[in-house]
Amino acid sequence: MTMATMNDALAAARGNRRKLGRDLAGLFVILALAVVGYLLFPNNLALLTRMTAIALLVLSLDLVTGYCGVATLGHAALFGTGAYTAGIAAVHFGITDPLLMLACGILGGVVAGLLCGAVILRAHGLPQLVLSIALIHLFHEFANKASSWTGGSDGLAGIAPDPLLGLFAFDLWGRTAYVFGIVLLAVVFALLRLVVRSPFGMLCRGIKEDPIRIRAMGASPKVTLIKMYMISGAVAGAGGALNAISTQVVGLDSLSFTLSAESLVMLVLGGTGSLFGALTGTIVFMFFEDIVSAANPFHWLTMVGALLIAVVLFAPKGLYGTIAAVAARWQEARR
Amino acid sequence: MQTVFSIAVDALAYGMVLFVISIGLSVTMGLMRVVNLAHGAFAMIGGYIASYAARDMGLGYGIALMIAVFGTILVAIPIERLLYRRIYGAPELTQVLMTIGITFCIIGIANYAFGPTLKTIPLPTGLQGSVDLGFRSIATHRIFAILCGLAVATALWYLIEKTAFGVKLRAAVDDAAMAAALGVRTEIVYAVSFAVAVGLAALGGVVGAELLPVEPYYALRYMVTFLVVVSVGGAGSIPGALVACLLLGGIDTAGRYLVPEFGEFFFYLAVIAIVCVFPRGLAGRTR
Repeated sequence: MTMATMNDALAAARGNRRKLGRDLAGLFVILALAVVGYLLFPNNLALLTRMTAIALLVLSLDLVTGYCGVATLGHAALFGTGAYTAGIAAVHFGITDPLLMLACGILGGVVAGLLCGAVILRAHGLPQLVLSIALIHLFHEFANKASSWTGGSDGLAGIAPDPLLGLFAFDLWGRTAYVFGIVLLAVVFALLRLVVRSPFGMLCRGIKEDPIRIRAMGASPKVTLIKMYMISGAVAGAGGALNAISTQVVGLDSLSFTLSAESLVMLVLGGTGSLFGALTGTIVFMFFEDIVSAANPFHWLTMVGALLIAVVLFAPKGLYGTIAAVAARWQEARR
Repeated sequence: MQTVFSIAVDALAYGMVLFVISIGLSVTMGLMRVVNLAHGAFAMIGGYIASYAARDMGLGYGIALMIAVFGTILVAIPIERLLYRRIYGAPELTQVLMTIGITFCIIGIANYAFGPTLKTIPLPTGLQGSVDLGFRSIATHRIFAILCGLAVATALWYLIEKTAFGVKLRAAVDDAAMAAALGVRTEIVYAVSFAVAVGLAALGGVVGAELLPVEPYYALRYMVTFLVVVSVGGAGSIPGALVACLLLGGIDTAGRYLVPEFGEFFFYLAVIAIVCVFPRGLAGRTR
């Protein structure tokens, strides 16, 4: 009995250490990839920064779809709200400090997350999907209509962020924006690893598996999911704010159904329910898009479609999930 | 008065076209529990085939319509056998991704084959012009669309309520496993209803080409509309789908006439309100 408990405790400690090791390895990989990207594409830092912002959106989508099992095709609502909040704060209220703009974006994302969560979580299955689609269109139409604040279909231009910390100006090549984005991504990633592994994160997974049992245990699935939606909103809002700061313009496309659908595709391509999967999917998808769409937009659509069908048929766990499963099996065999 | 009348006629025609296209989606969704985002793509294939037959080959409107319906069914059968079969009973997310993938592929291939332009389907002389009602005239093709919708609704009602196939279909919708245990060949029921659904989508795509123009991104643009109609009506219910189409068609048309600067704002607001109040759709049953 004591023996078993001790063994369990040892195993748990070893497991924790291994997880911590994987976290550090993950952070290291992000930073290493960032350096490699900087060295390989010094003239295309804008694309890499955009990729970082989208990675934040996909991470935030993973929180609600991968960890909570909420099917949504309207997640760009949180991203776009963050972008517009940061942009409006800069243009109409003169808040041009990048960190304050980031805070505004996060706040906007949290509010949008609360709103979307409250509506989307009212239904399940198909009605849930339809609600999320209706919401993203509603946000889009609203931003289009409130053109005195958002610039309408021309986009919100004239965002001029101050130098970061008063030291590093946002230069024409986007070096500062890139470093800012990577640091933001690394910090968010580390925080999310903690959130996902906390009892709260476990509760969310439990709700995904069996909401009725969770309710029987005395926890409220709805309140928990809305909290997760707000966290997700903060992450997506940070991504939106990063996009607004780095491109200095916010367009209606950041609140579009297309962006929502694309982020879902990226997430599933990488693998749901894993933060590494979300990052992998974003990087692969966006590089692929950059290369193919330059050739022909219709071929691009066909390729994405074929890619999606192939992933659903042959790698339902996504790229990262499949690789991780193969690696685990390989390790098992070696032991 | 004049405006109210035009709104009513346009809303009726639009709602009927929506009905013809999405009723097939509603039936297959109720039957197979597949969230099928590719349904609009089948309507688009129908439109493309009819346009090619009528405009480029110079065939008559009726013949082009027939070719479109059967051609689309022919295209859809291998897709059903190879791809849809694998996602029956899969989680919704998987179904959404697979069907979005199919939609993207169809758009890409259709535009590669037929060119990325707006496809018109020339109307026969009998459907051009308008009918004078004494105080107001209505475009003939709108009446044609409304009649088509009514005909489809009647035929489907007869098929489902009065025929042996309808009995099997309803049994499979209610409880597929039990129906199979009682000797209903559910896979044949599935295949036939999928073919009928695709054929109706193609029919709606051709008949409604004046209201929903057939263009390269047709499948993506209206994908959401069809899904919304089914969800609001309740999957698997013909009266529910009819009411939802007329209601949403009315709201959308009235919104476009009265406050055009808001676009589809009121349409989606109404959708959110209805889905929140009736999470299972207007005619949805509790399960």
